[in-house]
Amino acid sequence: MSDVPTPTPSLPRSRANGSGGEATGKPTTTQAPSAADAEMLARAQAGDHQAFAQLYALHKRRIYSLCLRMVGNVAEAEDLTQEAFLQLHRKIATFRGDSAFSTWLHRLAINVVLMQLRKKGLSLISLDEAMEPNPDEGPSRSFGAPDLTLTGTIDRLVLEHAIADLPAGYRLIFILHDVEGFEHNEIASMLDCSIGNSKSQLHKARLKLREALRAQNRQEARP
Amino acid sequence: MNGNSSKMSCAEFQDQMAELIGSGEDLTAHPHVKDCADCRALLAELNAIADAARELFPSVEPPDEVWEHIESAIKRGN
Repeated sequence: MSDVPTPTPSLPRSRANGSGGEATGKPTTTQAPSAADAEMLARAQAGDHQAFAQLYALHKRRIYSLCLRMVGNVAEAEDLTQEAFLQLHRKIATFRGDSAFSTWLHRLAINVVLMQLRKKGLSLISLDEAMEPNPDEGPSRSFGAPDLTLTGTIDRLVLEHAIADLPAGYRLIFILHDVEGFEHNEIASMLDCSIGNSKSQLHKARLKLREALRAQNRQEARP
Repeated sequence: MNGNSSKMSCAEFQDQMAELIGSGEDLTAHPHVKDCADCRALLAELNAIADAARELFPSVEPPDEVWEHIESAIKRGN
């Protein structure tokens, strides 16, 4: 279909409906859509391929980055991004604006990622299970002597492995909040959970990462 | 348990941490954190982990081929 244009990669991020969030500094979260965004979305919903291409250009970075952060594999992340946007193309007419478009799109992409994790037989079957990891996997409270040397000495590789080893539900919320910069109310909307649940899962994820980093520190400290 | 000088125990504080952090409150000013070195260190470490994670995962663009594949699939009616 020759009328589908190549998306413009350099559209200003400030125009995106919730597509903010950069590699450096504190990421931004969902922003109110501009009139131009709303018009673009309406045109895409009506089947305008140029508008759909513009939507892709606006949201591709965040969706691809989310997929990559969740699966840790470039080829897989590309496939998941492709599938997420194809699902978007099929379902975009059903978007009713009950939530921000970016939140809706992220929820769609998250489900694509979770489906992939299920196919791979990883440690979750559904979003519900992602939100309810095995209680045995939960971190305990911290009453031990503090490891005051951890701050400032976090090994990037160890942290990367620790994040990859998190149960998928913890990893998802940690990435959405601490890396992507979404607020708890947005995550709750994406994952159909309570705001309290989002806060609790994030805290447990951080505690588990801390446990992993401390364990590594202890291992390295052994003679 | 540390923090005898504060009214809240470490267990009580840590049970509330998720909610307190999630609310965006500045926990460094919390009475228990001011009095408890353990929980102060815990808070600092959790913040350091979040900061390190943000730097760990750069936001990246997908290659152009991804759009080309999407476009091809749309043409095929997928």
